[in-house]
Amino acid sequence: MSTTMDQVVKRAKDSFGQMFDKSLHDLVRGIRNHKDNEAKYINEAMDEIKQELKQDNIAVKANAVNKLIYLQMLGYDISWSAFNIIEVMSSNRFTFKRIGYLAASQCFYDGTDVLMLTTNMIRKDLSSTSMYEAGIAMSGLSCFINSDLARDLANDIMTLMTSTKPYIRKRAVLLLYKVFLNNPDALKPAFPRLKEKLEDSDSGVQAAAVNVICELARRNPKNYLALAPIFFRLMTTSTNNWVLIKIIKLFGALTPLEPRLGKKLIEPLTNLIHSTSAMSLLYECINTVIAVLVSISSGLPNHNASIQLCVQKLRILIEDSDQNLKYLGLLAMSKILHTHPKSVQAHSDLIMRCLDDKDESIRLRALDLLSGMITRKTLMDIVHKLMVHMDKSEGSHYRDELLSKIIEICSQNDYQHITNFEWYISILVELTRLEGTKHGNLISLQMLDVAVRVESIRSFACNQMTILLENAHVFIHGSNSTTVAEVLYAAAWICGEFCSHLKEPQKTLESMLNTKITLFPGHIQSVYYQNILKIITYLIQTSNNDQILIQQLLSLTIDKMSLFLSSGDVEAQERASVILHILKTILKLIEKSEFNINELSALFDGVLNPVAAKAQRKVAVPNGLNLDAWINDPPSDSEDESITTSSHYDNKDLFYGDNGENYNSYSSETLSYQKSKKYIEPTPEELEKQRESRKQSEQMNPFYLKDSKKPKLTQQTETNSNTINGNDRIESTLSQRTNATSSQLTLSNQLYRQTKIDEENRRLKKKSKIDSESSKKGKKSSKKSDTTIIDDNDDDIYPTIKVTRGGELPEDATQSGNEDNDHDETFGKNKKYDPHRALNIDLNEKSIQSIPTSQPPPPLTSQLKEPVSKQVETPSVLTEKPKKSKKKKIIEKQEQSLTSKSKHKRERSDYKELLSPVDEEENRPTSTPPPSATAEKPKKKKTKEKKPSSSETTVDTNTSAALLLDIMSDDISPTNQSQQQYNEQDDYKLAAQSDNLTIEYSINPNPSIAQLDVTFLLKNRTSFIIDHINIHVIDSMSSKLLNTTSTNLISFPSISLFPHSQNYIHIYFLINAISFSQNLKTTLTYSINKSNTIETDRIEFKLNLPCSQYLRRKTIDSMVFADLMSSGTLTCQSQLRIPSSNQDFLSIINRICQSYRLTVVEKINSAASLYAETILGQPIALLFKSINSQNDILIDGKSTEIHYLSNLMEEIKTSLK
Amino acid sequence: MIKAILVFNNSAKPRLIKFFEHYPEEIQQQIVRETYQLVSKRDENVCNFLEGGTLIGGNDYRLIYRHYATLYFIFCVDSSESELGILDLIQVFVETLDKCFENVCELDLIFHVDKVHYILQEMCLGGMVLETNMNEIVARFDEQSKLEKQEAGITAGPTKAMTALKEMNLPQKIKDMKLSDLNLNIRF
Repeated sequence: MSTTMDQVVKRAKDSFGQMFDKSLHDLVRGIRNHKDNEAKYINEAMDEIKQELKQDNIAVKANAVNKLIYLQMLGYDISWSAFNIIEVMSSNRFTFKRIGYLAASQCFYDGTDVLMLTTNMIRKDLSSTSMYEAGIAMSGLSCFINSDLARDLANDIMTLMTSTKPYIRKRAVLLLYKVFLNNPDALKPAFPRLKEKLEDSDSGVQAAAVNVICELARRNPKNYLALAPIFFRLMTTSTNNWVLIKIIKLFGALTPLEPRLGKKLIEPLTNLIHSTSAMSLLYECINTVIAVLVSISSGLPNHNASIQLCVQKLRILIEDSDQNLKYLGLLAMSKILHTHPKSVQAHSDLIMRCLDDKDESIRLRALDLLSGMITRKTLMDIVHKLMVHMDKSEGSHYRDELLSKIIEICSQNDYQHITNFEWYISILVELTRLEGTKHGNLISLQMLDVAVRVESIRSFACNQMTILLENAHVFIHGSNSTTVAEVLYAAAWICGEFCSHLKEPQKTLESMLNTKITLFPGHIQSVYYQNILKIITYLIQTSNNDQILIQQLLSLTIDKMSLFLSSGDVEAQERASVILHILKTILKLIEKSEFNINELSALFDGVLNPVAAKAQRKVAVPNGLNLDAWINDPPSDSEDESITTSSHYDNKDLFYGDNGENYNSYSSETLSYQKSKKYIEPTPEELEKQRESRKQSEQMNPFYLKDSKKPKLTQQTETNSNTINGNDRIESTLSQRTNATSSQLTLSNQLYRQTKIDEENRRLKKKSKIDSESSKKGKKSSKKSDTTIIDDNDDDIYPTIKVTRGGELPEDATQSGNEDNDHDETFGKNKKYDPHRALNIDLNEKSIQSIPTSQPPPPLTSQLKEPVSKQVETPSVLTEKPKKSKKKKIIEKQEQSLTSKSKHKRERSDYKELLSPVDEEENRPTSTPPPSATAEKPKKKKTKEKKPSSSETTVDTNTSAALLLDIMSDDISPTNQSQQQYNEQDDYKLAAQSDNLTIEYSINPNPSIAQLDVTFLLKNRTSFIIDHINIHVIDSMSSKLLNTTSTNLISFPSISLFPHSQNYIHIYFLINAISFSQNLKTTLTYSINKSNTIETDRIEFKLNLPCSQYLRRKTIDSMVFADLMSSGTLTCQSQLRIPSSNQDFLSIINRICQSYRLTVVEKINSAASLYAETILGQPIALLFKSINSQNDILIDGKSTEIHYLSNLMEEIKTSLK
Repeated sequence: MIKAILVFNNSAKPRLIKFFEHYPEEIQQQIVRETYQLVSKRDENVCNFLEGGTLIGGNDYRLIYRHYATLYFIFCVDSSESELGILDLIQVFVETLDKCFENVCELDLIFHVDKVHYILQEMCLGGMVLETNMNEIVARFDEQSKLEKQEAGITAGPTKAMTALKEMNLPQKIKDMKLSDLNLNIRF
């Protein structure tokens, strides 16, 4: 009964369709109305959605998926619906497709297994005629692309880059970056195309290309150095601040690799800094200038000027009322600090003021800067100020930062700046009063370190530590988050180790025994017990054999110690027990009068010295010991290893449980996850077996440390107990205090004041001394002495305290050797998987390789040689006005000043104006655009050409733009030469010329589709600006102009030619027939902005598209070639005989191959077979035979296109004549 | 690169979550909560940058945010982005929302989170900035909305026809349904 009813309901639902379904709107409203039981409501909704997804109606499904997107945002896993999402994605309707792709972009990732089903669907969508469909496909794909999709769809995305719609082009360019990340192999073949997009006619596409290349270059900068000239040009011409910022950031990444580039950048960047008012741009310029200055160590005359400029501008930022600018200013300042601390120190007033800022982020940044501004003189003032801040501040995070900063600046360079260690210890003690700090460990380590390294401080330290121990109960009631109790670790150890400095050792002992030690973490307990024994030993030693006293002491201690046996910590409990028994034994021995104090004190003989951090690794490996060899036989599984690692973690937790905050919850989660995954509990028998075998091999192994040989440091430093003046006084004041905590409140202040007074006294003394000296010498030197005081050169007024710096190393090791440590660190970093490492591909390398092997597709070669052709081309223009080198320099200078002036025009009122790059562009044609630095380029080349050996010296004096190009072309010249050999034909040919403009062109076939890319090189011959360039080409039967703005017309609004500069424009033809060469009537219109008047002019010319340009390079296997020839598909034949030429056969073949994009399939001495493909995909096979007897060349051609073949042969014939 | 874009309100309720790197849903929610913790305790007139939390980020990442009325807009970006530029981008985003929704308020974002995503898709692609011109974004968004409306119009015809067709059978259907409903009610 019920089943039939369900069927009825279902049928009803099906026929009513969406009527019964909740829409997204209903769902959201429902959730809002069920605030009390949201989870329940959502679960119900989820069930409904599951039902809806089972229906056949795609509209219902899409609606369900749309609701899932919302639930996903609320944290519900929707990956189970992946298949349904794909169904919706594959819908023909845009509305549903869009929902599907959005859902996919939210919940698919590279590991989603259903992705492999999507390849063809996405391919279809990418090539959709609706640009919005392609758009949503690309948006979605960018989120979930994986290596398979990247591999399979790379070509489709490449094709989209040549789309006629900028909307698609710019998406394709950005998506390409994701393709590279997931499929690094795609980078090389795609890169030329990407580079081409840097000069796309649409500024958005251009920006996208800049964006992608910047991302690539950021990770592997050295591969992109060769692009510097292009970027340099963009930097001087672009008006889009987004693009400028990206480029400037990119230069910041490139300069460390190429200091010469940095030098060239300084000037344009400083110009920008002076001129721009867009804060974002200004800020990035400063950052890059800093990067440049950091990378150039010396050799720049106006080095200091640049630094000063940066610091000044940063000061303006920091003083700005906008908190964001203040923050960024401080951030940039810290970068200067590393290399030019002096320049920053000049602004210490400003930075100190920032410490008072209400904004925590700003205070933290200012703190970062402080460490660089510390000197002996300023340390106490600054720390004092920080302590005041600490009292005032509220956020525990900031307080912790302050604390660690105080310790950092005090301890840097082995306490280099500390003149008064009593003060430092009292500061440390004062820091322990901080509630809820997580740096207890740090404070504790500092106390230990100072006490061990500074001998003279030990008695003072002991006193302070005693106070801490007496007040240990304060630390018990701390909350869980705090770790201040850690300081007791240090306190107990210091009091025990240096008990000879204790004023009242017995009292200290009692306070230690009376504390409820068992409430502290295990490692603190352990230290307590151990040091109780040390103090007792000391007391017995110094008691002059007063039996009664010793017995009293011992029995008291034994009483107390037995309480500690109940400690929950294993090690602590063990120690307590050992020590208790030692004490009991002593007591017994004393009663028998057999006790010898030396036996006891031998336990704690010797002095502990600091050990250098690298000491362990500096221990030389003894001969015959192989550390890599297995000690035991390797276990069959990796089980054993996993056990040790996991137990290692456990130990860590046990001892450093308080460090827990340092592990973030995420990583600890993954950690435990890994653990649980790896750890397989071995059976007890197995464990026992392993233990037995291990013990045996330990016994056998001479290198295993046995317990008896406890290593001990026996080295002793000479004990020098020179206390500094004033020390006694302070101690006396100290001892007067009874309430310890209240005394600590002011102790550091007291010491601080005391030191200040001392300092002042010493300074006065010194000054009077100098004065008296200078009165003898005269006024001159007295002036000098004043300045020296200001310069903080008066180190001699501070007392010198002996600090044991560094640490002990094994005898045969040297102090040097930082490098291995650093190396390890970088190694560790690199270990982490980074997808960008795979993208470290030398993009130049390819250009040399690709042509001889002719494996990669043709566009590579054709695009890549662009820089070459430029270089070949430019001089030819220049030859028109030869021998003007003297005048030229003057002109250059004028232009230089012009550019710098014009830069001022690039003003932005505020960084918010970033928003409107388009407005910028709209304004441009009306206002006179500044003549740019690019204008100088051709001339510079000329200068360079004349003295090819022009060295660095001339480089320095000349303008940056041009020389940068020269430098860079120097760098890539070997590549260029090799390219030139093969690519001569690709030089630009003259198309037309007028008084104002020279037009040259080059034709490149598209590698995958039936398109021709015609690149025009426009050279401005006037000293005016040429813009508003339009190209009009009348379509022929077999060719159609693409990307048109209106019928047969393409306009290039973003391209303007500055005086005597050149630029490229690209037009594309769709080709449907190739049989005959074509002459297309082309009209180019442009306007010249002559002083205040705008003239429009036009040039008409015939654009020749010869048959040979329809060929694209295609490699073919010789076997396949043979098959093709014998298959009989190549029905058309043509033969040609060229009479004797003087050239040798091989060079002819080479030339033909290069000019016509043919590849050699096979070559025998006097014959060669060549192959290529037309852009419509027809094969062309040619056989060249040299008939030596007549010195003739016989050419046999085979193809499927008779007219084309004969025309091509004809062309070859003329070219060979 | 932008790593994540989060929008949530003053009580940490997410209004838009867009991650350009994969995180499981659970972690995403944790990130929202953590980010809320970081952002919500900051005063109004402090700077708009802060270091990323422990879940999202690392040394190279910063959170750049703006607070509008009841909503926080947060971008998590790495050092290849200009801080001030991203601040502007947030402004563009919000102004675009304002244009598309006509005086946007939190409710618009609540009920039309899909549309907000679509607007965002016009601005960013795969964590990279795609378009910063508001008019362009709005125009593209409107055109696509129009496309959807057209489709709705086209399909409205056939569905109307279909329902008309079905209506011939409708009395029977309604009878069936009522019956079943009644029965159900009786049974329980």
